[in-house]
Amino acid sequence: MLEVNLAKRAPAVFLAEQAGRGPIDIVLQPTMGRLSFRAKEAALEGRSEVSGLAVDGAINTRRENGDLAAMRLGPDEWMFLCDDGEVDNLAERIAEEMSGKAFSLVDVSHRDVTFEVSGAASDAVIASGSPLDLSLEAFPVGMATRTIFAKSDIVLARLSQTTWQVTCWRSFATYVQGYLADAAKDFAVA
Amino acid sequence: MSQPFRIQSGGHIDRSKPISVSFNGKTLNGYRGDTVASMLLASGSHLAGRSFKYHRPRGILSHGSDEPNALLSVDWRPEKGKGRRDPNNRASVVEARNGLKTETQNHWPSLERDVGALNDILSPVFVAGFYYKTFMWPRSAWEKVYEPVIRRAAGLGEAPEVADPDRYANRHAYADILVVGAGPAGLSAALAASEDGSSRVLLADEGFLFGGALLNDATSTIDGKPAKAWVDEMVATLDARENVVLLPRTTVFGYYNHNHVAMVERVADHRDDALEGLARERLWQVRAGKVIIAAGSHERPLVFENNDRPGIMLAESARAFINRYAVKPGNRMVVATSGASAYRTALDAKAAGIAVTIVDIRLGEDCGTELAEAREAGIEVLTGHTVVKALGKARVTGLIVAPLGKTGGVGTRRTLECDTVAMSGGWTPSVHLFSQSRGKLVFDADIDAFLPGQSVQNEVSAGACHGIYDLSAIIADGAKAGGGSREVTASATFTGFQPVRVLPTDEDPKKVKAFVDFQNDVTAKDIKLAVREGFESIEHVKRYTTTGMATDQGKTSNMNALGLVAGLLDRPLPAIGTTTFRPPYTPVTFGALVGPSREERFEPVRKTAIDGWAEAQGAEFEPVGQWRRAHYFPRSGEDMHAAVNRECKAVRTSVGIFDASTLGKIEVVGPDAAEFMNRMYTNAWTKLKVGGCRYGLMLGENGFVMDDGVVARLAEDRFHVTTTTGGAARVFQHMEDYLQTEWPDLDVFITSITEQYAVIALQGPNAKKVLEPFVSDIDMSEDAFPHMSVREGFICGVPTRLFRVSFTGEAGFEVNVPADYAAAVWKALYEEGRKYDITPYGTETMHVLRCEMGFIIVGQETDGTATPDDVGLSGLVSKVKPDFVGKRSLSRPDILRKDRKQLVGVLAKDPKEVLDEGAMVVDDPTAPVPMPIAGHVTSSYHSSNCGRSIAMAMVKGGRDRIGETVWVTTPKGFTEAVIATSVFYQHEKESIDA
Repeated sequence: MLEVNLAKRAPAVFLAEQAGRGPIDIVLQPTMGRLSFRAKEAALEGRSEVSGLAVDGAINTRRENGDLAAMRLGPDEWMFLCDDGEVDNLAERIAEEMSGKAFSLVDVSHRDVTFEVSGAASDAVIASGSPLDLSLEAFPVGMATRTIFAKSDIVLARLSQTTWQVTCWRSFATYVQGYLADAAKDFAVA
Repeated sequence: MSQPFRIQSGGHIDRSKPISVSFNGKTLNGYRGDTVASMLLASGSHLAGRSFKYHRPRGILSHGSDEPNALLSVDWRPEKGKGRRDPNNRASVVEARNGLKTETQNHWPSLERDVGALNDILSPVFVAGFYYKTFMWPRSAWEKVYEPVIRRAAGLGEAPEVADPDRYANRHAYADILVVGAGPAGLSAALAASEDGSSRVLLADEGFLFGGALLNDATSTIDGKPAKAWVDEMVATLDARENVVLLPRTTVFGYYNHNHVAMVERVADHRDDALEGLARERLWQVRAGKVIIAAGSHERPLVFENNDRPGIMLAESARAFINRYAVKPGNRMVVATSGASAYRTALDAKAAGIAVTIVDIRLGEDCGTELAEAREAGIEVLTGHTVVKALGKARVTGLIVAPLGKTGGVGTRRTLECDTVAMSGGWTPSVHLFSQSRGKLVFDADIDAFLPGQSVQNEVSAGACHGIYDLSAIIADGAKAGGGSREVTASATFTGFQPVRVLPTDEDPKKVKAFVDFQNDVTAKDIKLAVREGFESIEHVKRYTTTGMATDQGKTSNMNALGLVAGLLDRPLPAIGTTTFRPPYTPVTFGALVGPSREERFEPVRKTAIDGWAEAQGAEFEPVGQWRRAHYFPRSGEDMHAAVNRECKAVRTSVGIFDASTLGKIEVVGPDAAEFMNRMYTNAWTKLKVGGCRYGLMLGENGFVMDDGVVARLAEDRFHVTTTTGGAARVFQHMEDYLQTEWPDLDVFITSITEQYAVIALQGPNAKKVLEPFVSDIDMSEDAFPHMSVREGFICGVPTRLFRVSFTGEAGFEVNVPADYAAAVWKALYEEGRKYDITPYGTETMHVLRCEMGFIIVGQETDGTATPDDVGLSGLVSKVKPDFVGKRSLSRPDILRKDRKQLVGVLAKDPKEVLDEGAMVVDDPTAPVPMPIAGHVTSSYHSSNCGRSIAMAMVKGGRDRIGETVWVTTPKGFTEAVIATSVFYQHEKESIDA
């Protein structure tokens, strides 16, 4: 029986040629721990956080706490994000804290891939495939929502006025990246 | 070519930037700010194309997007090679840029000499409805003459010869207020709407300069300023406002539900400095809180004989060419009109040094102040005159006019020599977008026009499209639409006209070609014929004659056609109705509509973590939904048949490795997980032990098989559900639907883990030997880890959910590992497997192997109308569970019928013959057609393991017919086959200890 880890992680997506840096940066984010957390109001018993992850924010908001981030994607659904190496520990802590309550915690770290899109016209690049209103009034900094981008499901989060995170399933990553990179061409500079 | 007709000063052109474009191989000279039409006129020529049906020479009718005649094939970047040419560009709106290569259309061998012009002489044959009448004639003529010849002759322009190499972009946008059109009304509306800075305002105009009709206006003043200066000031004010986005060169072409408005922006074609890769055009999809339509109006031509001769243009267009483009349309002009506005053209033409005569159908006493003003300027005005016909062919040389008697008779003719005619039959508000928004039009007899009536969406029309023609009133109306007010003192506008459909003539009307619709070559005579043949509804007349059905959507012709029909039927015009306006307002390129969604962005191609390995091995792929899956792995020289035979043998004799990552996977978690599974699937889950697996069958509410898959119980409150590849999204949605709407009381949650885990299937007698060295924390012994169970542990040191399951009938495992590790684990297993000649196999071999065992594939054996019993799975339907989705439907009489199609095997009499999937199964091939059908073949393969062909079929009452002979259709006829059980392969020894 082998005890050593023979298997190395392979990246889910390779950078498309045209997705380099320019006025619009489209950067594949390093792997991270991702836990889909589900619990109804009754099970949360008025908690404001679970193991340091906020669960009291409004639907479609993203809250950070140090290396942790929580995106509330529905009335009983959160995406918890943590450092890659921390995911098992975090899962254990959450399971302990929620022990005896009705909840679901599923590791989806390998399912999702995130691109960060930044630059002055990044909202226009996102708007090439997203039918949402991306104005600061309608999509403020700190908002995160499940939506579509062209023909892919995504989770879209706004980290600053000009910084976005686009998260999709791994098999859609090449498509999403290609579409973003294509849209960014209109903002190239000579 | 020099520019003999260019006026030395004035106009909104940049004389410091001379440019040239190619026109039918000749060079046209001009300046930035020109269109190809204005450059052609500056050269002294009007000839810009041949007409659609009769191939008559045509000139430039209009200065705007309503131009029906001057359609050009434009190569936007000839220096870059083929593919950047598109047909049917209106010369009047093609913004000229150095290097454009343009060509006129619809002629051979040349614009000047065109054999198609024979049609003009043969025109008695090509009457209205000619195309429809051909349907009635001998059938042979249809196939040999009409279809090939007419089809080739019909259609305008040539399709591009290669794929479009340009990029096209897409953009979604939101606006509180979208203003369509940047003429005086639109500018005024946008200013008012954006005044307090709180509303997001988008102002789009199809032209490359803002200002609309004010660009054509050299004499009006607004608050003491020249019109163009006022425009510049307003545009600068808007530009300075942060809440305003100005979009020139942007045509609003479609108005859909919920104020969803589509526009196309021409991004690159006009640019000398367009960077490589810049989008050529951009499709905007705007969601607007409110839409202000300030789309202006279209001028109507006058309908008289030969009114289509080059040199005859709309009066406002003549004014536009003189004032905006500083081009004289000719040296000697006749202004033929039924209204006041054309007098402004006459005055401006006279000021530009053109000799002018006005012919007005109105009597002097019906005219306004314009008459005195014109006469004061020294222009001869013939009031109460009709135009009988135009002279000349490739260019108008004169106009025959005659006074109208009190009783309508036509008096003594007089010929006015000229090289240009500026005609005006009045104005038609552009109600296209309003009508597209589904608003109801109302007829206003005072201005002889349909106007916006009842709104359906949140929009408002302002200015000329609202039936308001006086400049001060237009600006006030725009401001009001924008939620404010603006009172200006502007020059009075010459307004008012007398509607006239066809000008009175003393010629035989049956021989006169007086064009109503220029682009589709429809004459007044054609419309009269249609009415005479019994067509009364305008929708019928339109289709019969094709009037208004060309790419210009009848912008210049609709009101003349309507009025003509109303007059012939002696009914009020609104009783005839108006035709429906449909998007697009002007033609839109396919490129803009397709946008980025082409080639690799047409559709996501989903690849597994192992896809790269398969590609490197030379696998052939097949699409399965959005997934690309390895179909088979040919070795050199092998075809698919040989490869699949080899792969199938290898799995049964040693070991095969298969990428099953695309299987749908759903993690079902919560205290009520087992109860939820009980309700979603037909079989029972409560007693399934932790660590156990069970095959699950899912029905729709209608009792038909919807999906299937192996389900593992990982914990009391946690299931790992697998679905078919194609059913993954559907099953997830189905479950979520029930959870949210039917059983919100259940404490259970579902999470898609399809892409969290890659799945490596190892199948065959040696599978365990390959796997064992890499597994830790799992007891691999038969007793501890039997068939149909699941264990969690490690493989190659990474966590795995290891399933002992088989879809091949061989002992096998499915290794679930987090996807990023899959490629490494696969390689480790493959290297180890070499000891046993491990064989990678694809979906085709998987299909053959499961068919050998009689395992169904949902979607192949089932077609959405198969019950569990139909496919021999009634044993999986619980008789004791109180309920599950689809249970009630299973007791419907139709579902209980004895003669339903049932799953059976079908073996061709000839073991080498592979039946066609989808072939019909019949009992008597000599029965008369329509032949009674007993069933159909669902799966069919050659099986190397069985040494013959095998097939599954759904046959009526099939299970009671084992051993009977039937006939199966082939491309050539029928072949004999025998009904059998659907399990084809028998193991010599039990290799699965199930």
